[in-house]
Amino acid sequence: MDQIAFISLSVFSLACALGVVLSKNTVNGAMCLLLCLAGIAGLFVQLHAYFLAFILVWVYAGAVVALFLFIIMLLDMQGGQPWRFRLVQALAGFMSAALLLAGLGLLAVRGRLGAGPPAGHAAVGSSLKLYAYQLFTTYLLPVQVMGFLLLIAMLGVIVISRRMGEAEDPR
Amino acid sequence: MKPSLDAYVMLSAALFAIGFLGVLVRRNTLVIYMCLELMLVAATLALVAFSRFNGTEDGDVFVFFILTVAAAEVAVGLAIIVALFRARRTVEVDRLDSMRH
Repeated sequence: MDQIAFISLSVFSLACALGVVLSKNTVNGAMCLLLCLAGIAGLFVQLHAYFLAFILVWVYAGAVVALFLFIIMLLDMQGGQPWRFRLVQALAGFMSAALLLAGLGLLAVRGRLGAGPPAGHAAVGSSLKLYAYQLFTTYLLPVQVMGFLLLIAMLGVIVISRRMGEAEDPR
Repeated sequence: MKPSLDAYVMLSAALFAIGFLGVLVRRNTLVIYMCLELMLVAATLALVAFSRFNGTEDGDVFVFFILTVAAAEVAVGLAIIVALFRARRTVEVDRLDSMRH
């Protein structure tokens, strides 16, 4: 049962990832990204990372893909430029992607990763509690740094969009 | 029968390679950015799988941080793309060549 769910979810997310790369329409690409993220969230559920699956759907599918769609609509690229297919570049791209896949796969196989069964995990209900405990004890400093980073990113976005807007005004 | 760690790592590598392919062959900056996000999520899948199979929580917490950073990164990156579009009227990488020579 687990195997069937894993295979169907992975085929689904791989197909959607290929859809992101190959779709001519950018909006379709963003939709494929959304579906691919949903498939990966399903895989997270299968790995018992329920909280992360929830966060992935919430942050990525809810915020990031919506932001992408918003920018695509704003820049009005819907159905715009069909992607020009250059043989040499596409060939080089496929070859380097295949090389990367072969290298990573070889690493996974040579390392004999699949030797043991999954280790015992904490009970389902205590997962969120465990996260909270880890975040407020071991990882307290990274949490603070992350909050600061988010603040800086917000300020940076405001500065970038304002300065470009003002630069256009005098023209 | 449960899927092995091998299968998860291979799936993650395949997703990463697909994202890499997209970065290499596409011309549109927004699509390239989406493929970068795909690569990031593929890496988080490997982290979660390793964390589950080793019985630790640390990988999961790292993924939590990665998702936070990714949200900030997307906001800044898209702001830069919009600024680029305002200045140059295009987001095709072929035509953004002022740093070429």
